[in-house]
Amino acid sequence: MSDEAGQQAADKAAIQEFASQHYQFGFHDDIKPLFSTGVGLTEETVREISRRKHEPDWMLQIRLDAYHQYRQMKLPAFGPDLSQLNLDQLRYFQRPTDHVARSWDDVPQAMKTTFEKMGVPEAERKYLAGATAQYESEVVYANLKRDLSRQGIIFMDTDTAVQKHPEIVKKYFATLVHPADNIFAALNTAVWSGGTFIYVPKGVHADAPLQSFFRINAENTGQFERTLIVVEDGASVNYVEGCTAPVYSEDSLHAAVVEVFVHPNAFCRYTTIQNWSSNVYSLETKRAEAEAGATMEWVDGNLGSKVTMKYPSIYLRGREAKGTMLSIAFANGPIDQDTGARMIHQAPHTHSTIISKSLCRAGGICDYRGEVKMDENAHGSSSHVECDTIIMDDDSSSDTIPYNKVAIGDVAMEHEAKVSKVSEEELYYLMSRGLSEEEATKMIVMGFIEPFTKQLPMEYAVELNRLIDFQMEGSVG
Amino acid sequence: MTLKINNLHAIIKETGEEILKGVDLTVPTGEIHAIMGPNGTGKSTLSETIMGYPAYEVTQGTVEFDGQDVLSRPVNERARLGMFLGMQYPAEIQGVNNADFIRTAINAQRPENDPLPVMQFIQRLQENMALLEMPDDITDRYLNVGFSGGEKKRNEVLQMLMLQPKLAILDEIDSGLDIDALRIVAKGINHLRGPEFSALLITHYERLLEYVTPDKIHVMVDGQIVKTAGPELADELEADGYAKYEQIRRNGVSE
Repeated sequence: MSDEAGQQAADKAAIQEFASQHYQFGFHDDIKPLFSTGVGLTEETVREISRRKHEPDWMLQIRLDAYHQYRQMKLPAFGPDLSQLNLDQLRYFQRPTDHVARSWDDVPQAMKTTFEKMGVPEAERKYLAGATAQYESEVVYANLKRDLSRQGIIFMDTDTAVQKHPEIVKKYFATLVHPADNIFAALNTAVWSGGTFIYVPKGVHADAPLQSFFRINAENTGQFERTLIVVEDGASVNYVEGCTAPVYSEDSLHAAVVEVFVHPNAFCRYTTIQNWSSNVYSLETKRAEAEAGATMEWVDGNLGSKVTMKYPSIYLRGREAKGTMLSIAFANGPIDQDTGARMIHQAPHTHSTIISKSLCRAGGICDYRGEVKMDENAHGSSSHVECDTIIMDDDSSSDTIPYNKVAIGDVAMEHEAKVSKVSEEELYYLMSRGLSEEEATKMIVMGFIEPFTKQLPMEYAVELNRLIDFQMEGSVG
Repeated sequence: MTLKINNLHAIIKETGEEILKGVDLTVPTGEIHAIMGPNGTGKSTLSETIMGYPAYEVTQGTVEFDGQDVLSRPVNERARLGMFLGMQYPAEIQGVNNADFIRTAINAQRPENDPLPVMQFIQRLQENMALLEMPDDITDRYLNVGFSGGEKKRNEVLQMLMLQPKLAILDEIDSGLDIDALRIVAKGINHLRGPEFSALLITHYERLLEYVTPDKIHVMVDGQIVKTAGPELADELEADGYAKYEQIRRNGVSE
């Protein structure tokens, strides 16, 4: 109840803090001239990207190998329709620029209203809407926090890491997500730019969550961030990326690759919130490995885009490793959210949990696609999968598509899937206390995603609640 | 603030079966009435129909509260007239904090620009929880989720105390309660008793009425009120049961 007391003040503080966190990225004035490799992708484009970045030869070789692999590969044969995605029409690399994507007047009213309702600060609004100068393919940082470096934690963009910590990057890069894994992993490996690099030394605990914001803005800019996180023995880190507010982009592809290495007895939580504008293909490959006694947690929220295909995986490679996936997908409108998780048990007494919450309305599609695999070494392991969906109207749909492969007998696997509408009983109960149907619906929906929301840093939770609150407006007759 | 029910007929939407077969009932402001009767006689259907439960459909008759037509209003507007239904089986709502819910409900019934100040809310909540001898953590839990039967009933009464309705219909608020819990629930009801508050208690045991003395008792059998009398009727029903009134109902004679 004492929490209740300060709620409004806390909300306000959270919003202010949120605003200041954005400002701290300090978009400075000395903008470099525009450089772009132009439309389309050739081997020369790949060489040009590497040359511009002054990369060592080993990275160029990784890129070229991936490029040739990419040329042999096909789009995925499962899941959403990607036929509208023209990979030859994308720009694969450009340098930061003061190019303004569009004027504020051209920003759709719906987006402005969303910013308004969510309380996104003025300066932030223009930036998110693509109506102010911004950086593109490279992550922009505030100064590395002093306490991080004092602890020996390395937190920088991956391009810089290639220059400053080549020994670490070389050791891990593309060893977990091979270019051959899927066409978008190959493409990313060939043309990657930006992304986050984190290295946490043995036994070091990063106290505060590390945060980063990725945006995509310029027309037809393919975004290929490459994130690499290494958590050494007994260390821990909590990384948060993304943005709850809608982020504008012209028809665009976001094909990030994330690799996370969690060494023995270490801990990593990786939280992502994404709300791409309704024309973005978000096709990501996120993979982690957890060694003996280590814990890896994905917390993943997908609120926007045109099509999202994302199935973060955890390879449980050491005894008693633990993996958790907690996700929400919200398909509000003509959005196809094809998301899930993969848990690959490769050692004894490993445990995994997948909790997937989906909401769809106004023609949205939310499909859960997940895999749990217990190989012959996974004695005594267990996995628990829970998929919960609320379908808010008859125009929307949801499917649960689990793949389970078990090579041995002494393991436990549970899978629960529930698809429902907003319960009439629950609506009636809340309305009998004076809440309108719309207020009651919102309350039930917020409650439904609460297990997810409560795991978020406060400013994200506040924004997420406001976003859903706003997007549910007019959702009932 | 009088509740006036006139010749109310209601059916179960799905099956078409008629449950209320012409209910006439008046509960004047400031009075507490009880409806008693055997199981399956329509008592709960009556309370749910007054509140607007979507599974029932009114085919005939009227319900007025404070001179306002009730039946044409959506459920939440019935609440905003000052009506409250303490439910026999309250819904469990995942992820919704009990205290947040109560505060939202209070504010939903107030003008939009005049929400209850948080400190006042907390003070009232603590007073009422103390009155009902509820543990502190009950309001931090999800709404009714994992509550025992007794906790649910007490939480209904807590909401009633917080929302301060003009009319409370309490549907078997006494069922499944041990004697201590019953006494506490009764204390909650008596706490609101006054010239501006009326209540309709649905029960089939007279036990609750030992703690909350009603002004009137109505006997309901097969979808109709067949007898209305003072509180002394409870003793007669306790001693003799409902057989006499079932007989009267079958013969189509109402006293």
